[in-house]
Amino acid sequence: MTRLPVKKTYKLFIGGAFPRPESGRSYEAEGQNVARASRKDARDAVRAARAAFAGWSGATAYNRGQVLYRLAEMMEARAADLAGVCTGRKEVEAAIDRVVWYAGWTDKLAQVLGSSNPVAGPYFNFTVPEPTGVVAVVAPGEPPLGGLVSRVLPALAGGNTVVAIASEAHPLAAIELAEAVATADVPGGVLNILTGLCSELAPVLAGHMDVNALDVSGADGLVEELERLGAENVKRVVRGSADEQSPWAIADFLELKTVWHPIGQ
Amino acid sequence: MAQAPVLPRGFELPLEPRLPRIGSVDAVALEERAASLARRSIKRESKLQALELAVRMIDLTTLEGADTPGKVAALCSKAVRPDPVDTSVPSVAAVCVYPNLVPTAVARLRDTSVKVASVATAFPSGQSPLEGKLAEVREVVEAGADEVDMVIDRGAFLSGRYAKVYDEIVRVKEACGDAHLKVILETGELGTYDNVRRASLLAMAAGADFIKTSTGKIQPAATLPVTLCMLEAIRDVYEETGRMVGMKAAGGIRQAKQAVQYLVVLHETLGLQWLTPDLFRFGASTLLNDVLMQIRKQKTGQYQSLDYFTID
Amino acid sequence: MTELEKKRKHAPAPALTEWEYAPAPEARDIVHLEERYGLFLGGRMVEPRSGTYATTIDPSTEEPLAEIAQGGPEDVEAAVEVARGAFENGWAKLAAAERAKYLFRIARLIQERSRELAVLESLNNGKPIRESRDVDVPLAAAHFFYYAGWADKLEYAFPNRRPHPLGVAAQVIPWNFPLLMLSWKIAPALATGNTVILKPASTTPLTALLFAEICRQADLPPGVVNILTGNGRMGATLVRHPGVDKVAFTGSTEVGKDIQRALAGSGKRLTLELGGKAANIVFDDAALDQAVEGIVNGIYFNQGQVCCAGSRLLVQESIAEPLIAKLKQRLATLRLGDPLDKNTDLGAINSREQLDRITELVASGREEGAEIFQPACKLPEKGFWFPPTIFTNVAQSYRIAQEEIFGPVLSVLTFRTPEEAVEKANNTAYGLSAGVWTEKGSRILWMAQQLRAGVVWANTFNRFDPASPFGGYKESGFGREGGRHGLEPYLRFD
Repeated sequence: MTRLPVKKTYKLFIGGAFPRPESGRSYEAEGQNVARASRKDARDAVRAARAAFAGWSGATAYNRGQVLYRLAEMMEARAADLAGVCTGRKEVEAAIDRVVWYAGWTDKLAQVLGSSNPVAGPYFNFTVPEPTGVVAVVAPGEPPLGGLVSRVLPALAGGNTVVAIASEAHPLAAIELAEAVATADVPGGVLNILTGLCSELAPVLAGHMDVNALDVSGADGLVEELERLGAENVKRVVRGSADEQSPWAIADFLELKTVWHPIGQ
Repeated sequence: MAQAPVLPRGFELPLEPRLPRIGSVDAVALEERAASLARRSIKRESKLQALELAVRMIDLTTLEGADTPGKVAALCSKAVRPDPVDTSVPSVAAVCVYPNLVPTAVARLRDTSVKVASVATAFPSGQSPLEGKLAEVREVVEAGADEVDMVIDRGAFLSGRYAKVYDEIVRVKEACGDAHLKVILETGELGTYDNVRRASLLAMAAGADFIKTSTGKIQPAATLPVTLCMLEAIRDVYEETGRMVGMKAAGGIRQAKQAVQYLVVLHETLGLQWLTPDLFRFGASTLLNDVLMQIRKQKTGQYQSLDYFTID
Repeated sequence: MTELEKKRKHAPAPALTEWEYAPAPEARDIVHLEERYGLFLGGRMVEPRSGTYATTIDPSTEEPLAEIAQGGPEDVEAAVEVARGAFENGWAKLAAAERAKYLFRIARLIQERSRELAVLESLNNGKPIRESRDVDVPLAAAHFFYYAGWADKLEYAFPNRRPHPLGVAAQVIPWNFPLLMLSWKIAPALATGNTVILKPASTTPLTALLFAEICRQADLPPGVVNILTGNGRMGATLVRHPGVDKVAFTGSTEVGKDIQRALAGSGKRLTLELGGKAANIVFDDAALDQAVEGIVNGIYFNQGQVCCAGSRLLVQESIAEPLIAKLKQRLATLRLGDPLDKNTDLGAINSREQLDRITELVASGREEGAEIFQPACKLPEKGFWFPPTIFTNVAQSYRIAQEEIFGPVLSVLTFRTPEEAVEKANNTAYGLSAGVWTEKGSRILWMAQQLRAGVVWANTFNRFDPASPFGGYKESGFGREGGRHGLEPYLRFD
């Protein structure tokens, strides 16, 4: 007698929990019913990301690095499951190594991107990079896992919190990743993942006044509309790719603050 | 009781007559020192000693709009005999109530060692005209309160009117007569440790017998760093003038473990002399049962359940 | 009788007559000591070709802990060969991202075995468990974590330069922070692709040997890390060996100069981290109670056996009296005793030699006319102990103001103006660190600019972080450890 497996229900990942989509709708992808997030779910995700920002950006860079490294540990433990929902083992191992790579940047950014500036006067002047805030990411359609990881890690490593729209055609890897995130000591709301129709969700995030930056890497055909919507609150808009691995990818989501103070007795 | 020195106009504490410099407090270092003291490990007999002392230092408190004579009477019984099963557990220091409940408390605590403390001066906000506040103080003293817990006018303090704050404390102290005056700074509203130090020195200059952290009505209430800051101000006044002022940590202290940490901070900052209910109090309600549980655990070796301790 | 007097009558006896905290010992049984330890070469423990062993002890009780192999010239030869082989045949060719992952593993393993390492460190060094548990071990793990992240990012650390490892690094470390100094040396060396031969100090080999075990657990390729225990003579042989490309030394200025002389003309790269006589400068507007904590931390942390210790207190004359009074009061609350007791503040001095040196210098302080203060302190009978000490009325010329004592002894001098403070602070052949206590921001920056010291701590002291470069000016050495700058000593560029 063959055993009947207990099937997984695919939900959203918001605020560290797995809520059902507010509208109760789903869509079919990869042979499964996948949650179809609505504008209200997007709204909730941004709220969760904003609530988590103070804690995440206020943590030490060392702590953020440790948490991201732990994410890599959890992904490694689930490597077989992850391989089953993307192109395979190679993609998973590359994604894990990329997480480790970005984890190692958190406590070095200020040393590479910041500076002490020799101004002409008795002033100490220094520049420090800081996270911009809540970043919305439209993940590339593929690769299902690697694309998402390549675009959310730079924002997270910089101290931002993220709302990501997973690949519409291949969303299962994103949910598997969410499960790794949920067990990796990542505070709730730091990374939120929405599955659903890109054309429904992306404009909502692009026009959201409490989102500070927008990564349009996976928004083929929608880029112009999203950039226009983003102008409402002067969002930082980034066009990236799934292949990129660089500290400048992190810098795209950082502000720079320069401070002056007199030097005297 | 030492006379409070006369302050010059404005609020600049001079080095002469003998008052400590106001100075600054480094928040990072202060919090670190408090955290390091909190990690001290207290064992066995010392722990039991500390827990019993903690009981004797509690001002068992009820400050609710819904307080009734019945509620306060029950609280007073608990205050006198906290653990009906173990009669070696001492009484608490005092009971702390709103003015209307003072007569009930006085009647129930007659012929016991437990004192009656009353809040006054438009507790908790203090945002009322002075004359009314003074009348309130006189009434509760008349009704038999041994101690008065007043609040400072934070609005005046934060807008720089230090002389007004000082003057009010002096007047309230007068109205107290023989009753002891505790001055509540409401540290959670003062914003910085610099301000806490300034308010502490001001209150002591004005004649406070005790300085107290909080009303317990807002967060944050008492914390270890804020307590350390206030104890350091008390130490400076003692070094300069010889006057011994007490300290009360109120609000947010619910666990016996925390109470012991406060005693460690007290011991390390002011020494054995201050380890007495005459100079240190806990303003608390749920703390008492947790301390009783820990005392019983120390004596029997077993972890306890709240079922075995009376609520009041 | 008033009501109040009646209440007083009923009240029971008030204060405690005494309150001792009671011993709170950290359990020792987490540590498993071998009777005898060999050298860690090529990924295994091997017997020393010299055939000799020496005993290592617990300085707080003089109890022997284990027999330690004492490497000789043949062992040095073998180590260099092994390290060279590991460099050429594997480590340098490994993908940088893989190298990073080994270092991340080591960082994690240190965290996993943190309690064991902390207890062992206190046992062998004499420092309080609170320090080894809360400072030494966490920082050691953090160093590996930080440098792991650089291993595959070197091209971003040096704009327009192509970095390459040097080869075999010989590293000699002191006894004051055995595990931490090991991590300061090994982490950047490995991250940059070098292999290492590390010589722990002769009195404190045990945590290095446990680290060797951790390298094995991490599956680190054999020969990448080699631990050669032995005495000063062996260390001298090691650094002079022609097969070594890079020498990193932390220790006394005297030995550092010796090494620099020996390496002259050899082309070997060298970094030195030597002694110090740091000035801890307190202005009259400082946050006083916190400054007292900083001064105490500055000279009594690790029993003052710290190269960057704030061993000279320079206090502005206008605040000197109250500050010194508070300091003496605070000293009376310091607990000296069993290093494994969680409440201990001051542990044992590391060796008889060091204790003798401290005693001699303190005697000179008295002779030269300084005024000594030591709180009443019960010293245990066995072991090497020295009470916390303050000298006031100290002149710049006294030996206690010039020479590094490396013990819990503070010399207090006064100054009137910021310029005078700077002059006095810089008036030394050393230049490792300095402390500045003032609430005025512009003055902090001005003092920092004027002080000839590699590390300036403002309103704090003895703060370390793997991201923060550490090293000295003048005779305190050259080269930096920590931060992006800490990579440079282990690389060559084309």
